Amino acid sequence: AMEKSRPLWDNPLQFVFACISYAVGLGNVWRFPYLCQMYGGGGFLIPYFIMLIAEGMPLLYLELAVGQRMRQGSIGAWKIISPYLCGVGVASVVVSFFLSMYYNVINAWAFWYLFHSFQDPLPWATCPLNSNRTGYEEECEKTSSTQYFWYRQTLNISPSLDASGRVQWEQALCLTLAWLVVYLCILRGTESTGKVVYVTASLPYCVLIIYLIRGLTLHGAVNGLIYMFTPKLEQLSNPKTWISAATQIFFSLGLGFGSLIAFASYNEPNNNCERHAIIVSLINSATSIFASIVTFSIYGFKATFNYESCINKVILLLMNTFDLEEGSLTADNLNEMKDYLMATHPQEYAQLAPQLKNCSLEAELDTGGGGGGGGAFIVYSEAIKNMEVPQLYSVLYFVMLLMLGIGSMLGNTAAILTPLTDSRVIAARFPKEVISGAVCFINCVIGLIFTMEAGNYWFDIFNDYAATLSLLLIVLVETIAVCYIYGIRRFEKELHTMVGRKPNWYWKIMWAFASPLLIISLFIFYLTDYILTGTLQYQAWDATQGQLVTKDYPGYALAVIGLLVASSTMCIPLGALGTFIRKRLKSERVSTI
Amino acid sequence: MLRVLLLTLSVVAIAHAELCKPDAQNAFKVRLSIKTALGDNAYAWDANEEYLFKAMVAFALRRYSNKSTTQISDVLLCNATDRVSFWFVVTDSSKNMTTVPGSEVEAAIRMNRNRINSAFLLNDKTLQFLKITSTLSPPVEPSTPVWLIVFGVVLCLIVAGIVFLVVAGIQQRKKKNKESTERENLEEKGEVTVAVENGIPCETLDLKAGHINGVFAADDERFTSL
Repeated sequence: AMEKSRPLWDNPLQFVFACISYAVGLGNVWRFPYLCQMYGGGGFLIPYFIMLIAEGMPLLYLELAVGQRMRQGSIGAWKIISPYLCGVGVASVVVSFFLSMYYNVINAWAFWYLFHSFQDPLPWATCPLNSNRTGYEEECEKTSSTQYFWYRQTLNISPSLDASGRVQWEQALCLTLAWLVVYLCILRGTESTGKVVYVTASLPYCVLIIYLIRGLTLHGAVNGLIYMFTPKLEQLSNPKTWISAATQIFFSLGLGFGSLIAFASYNEPNNNCERHAIIVSLINSATSIFASIVTFSIYGFKATFNYESCINKVILLLMNTFDLEEGSLTADNLNEMKDYLMATHPQEYAQLAPQLKNCSLEAELDTGGGGGGGGAFIVYSEAIKNMEVPQLYSVLYFVMLLMLGIGSMLGNTAAILTPLTDSRVIAARFPKEVISGAVCFINCVIGLIFTMEAGNYWFDIFNDYAATLSLLLIVLVETIAVCYIYGIRRFEKELHTMVGRKPNWYWKIMWAFASPLLIISLFIFYLTDYILTGTLQYQAWDATQGQLVTKDYPGYALAVIGLLVASSTMCIPLGALGTFIRKRLKSERVSTI
Repeated sequence: MLRVLLLTLSVVAIAHAELCKPDAQNAFKVRLSIKTALGDNAYAWDANEEYLFKAMVAFALRRYSNKSTTQISDVLLCNATDRVSFWFVVTDSSKNMTTVPGSEVEAAIRMNRNRINSAFLLNDKTLQFLKITSTLSPPVEPSTPVWLIVFGVVLCLIVAGIVFLVVAGIQQRKKKNKESTERENLEEKGEVTVAVENGIPCETLDLKAGHINGVFAADDERFTSL
């Protein structure tokens, strides 16, 4: 029979770009700056770099080496390492499947905002009018116009998880489009993916540079940068800082999903994956820092703008109540004037007091908008609406988000499709266009859940629980398998054949001791955190108050969470058990003959 | 004579004070933010501006009720502050010591709000009639939302790309199948022997820039001739 050769990347650059495109995602642009702000500003870089060297680089090199050596997707690769480990590969595929189900919704939102950027004024810049046109919509008045646009006009969010509501057809359309785009990129396998990643990897950097120049020249940007980079070294004693740094490195590189193994399996066997692992992890971290400079200039601008609006509102209120001359109250003399008015007109001042908010720049800088998905949209859209030529910056930003999101989706779908196309059972019957199409279609249909009115709450469930615990377990098993089951001497020799030199002591120590220990401690931390907090809670949007409120998850939501975690983690022991039983049966059959 | 004049004037003044005071019946408070609106081009609020204001209110009432009986002197202003804000009330000249009902004044001003605003180079936000809510103009909405148009364009491009790639893939596969069936047919007929090495036809090996090892190629000299 004619041997069908494995598709390869056209050149090593495509492979590096694919890895960068996959690793650099929304997490670098949004989550890292948020964590930086929460856990000590400039000081957060210390645990971040320590974790990069202790777990990021070694684990990345490990996965790339496994993929390149075994030349198979995750299921096949781990089966070769040890037949008992086929469950690890299956667990990776299951987690990737969950991830691709909900992650593409972010791309749908990016499309929605992108399409709405072609209007003047931007739809999230002003509140819509109420029904009798005497004022603005009540919900919009209570919160800001950008939050209203996100919660009401984009998500049309329901007050709680129980009130599911209908599927929003606009979001469903955007989700379908997002899946069609992903299908277009993966349709021909590495042939098409290899070309697409040139764009998805490089375009975000162009946009970030434009935003850097724009951001640094904005009024008030310096406030944000100072706020971010002043190290609050006392946060280093908070264990959550180290946990967050470790978690961020771990998930930012996308370890454990099988995507890196899939990408590396399309390499030439003698590709220098050691060098590429170092390059990709360094570029990933550098991008996080670069993006946080941009994000914090934008933050600073938005916070300064809001702070000045708050002050102006207070000035207007005081001027109107006490009929003072225009221009007599300014930001500088506000405090003295407030004291003066309190002394001279105590009664009216007391009546006014509840409406006089204390405006503080610190408080504005602290409101990050949350670390969840919505934050990226709300904070940036709020900053953009106050810039000049907002439509241009809006289009640029959401195109960048799309590139980041699609780049990550390419990795996710590769993790699912590579094992499927490797398995001869399926690949012989269906051409890869049909397999890719089926995967995209199934994911799209299931993803419609996230376009319902309560969809964002389900999104948060998937975002918080579908991948976190399972990935830690998967990567732990991977590391232990390679070091202790396959044997680190054997692995060394393989790497020597592939790369041309043996891994030095740094890699070996990290693989054998440091990384597994780190992962075990992360694992223990997460488990104790879940156990200690008791019931799990979520943030629900209350339309009457115009803000988020905390609610408990209902029983069936907790069951879904449990199912999500169990379905991927259970694959590992079940796989081992299945292989054990099969071997037993085979040996029994042989012995009885 | 002088005394009578003084007496009437004081009566009128008292009457006016009775009619125009803060929170009086049918009185409205007006607030102007001239410096906010005009910045450096702001004008000072003086008696001439007040006269213009009275004229505009009288004009509004005349236009609204279509009777030309309202006079500028019927509009009374009081309690002017530095802010600039003041109260005004419109008296009815036909009936003594009464004011025009607030609803009528409100309707008249609503109808002519634009003219009043432009007379002072201000807008609804900077020239506020505190009890009269202005009708906000809705934003211009095109018949098809813009986002649907952009969505449609992008969707068509993507679908065209997918169809193109799928069709190209099918054609490529058909060509490959035809080539392999042709070669199989030729093999069956025994006309062309295809040398095969490890399942890969030698022709493709040659094409992959293989090297021919001269030692083994010249194999006619390997065997000693008989």
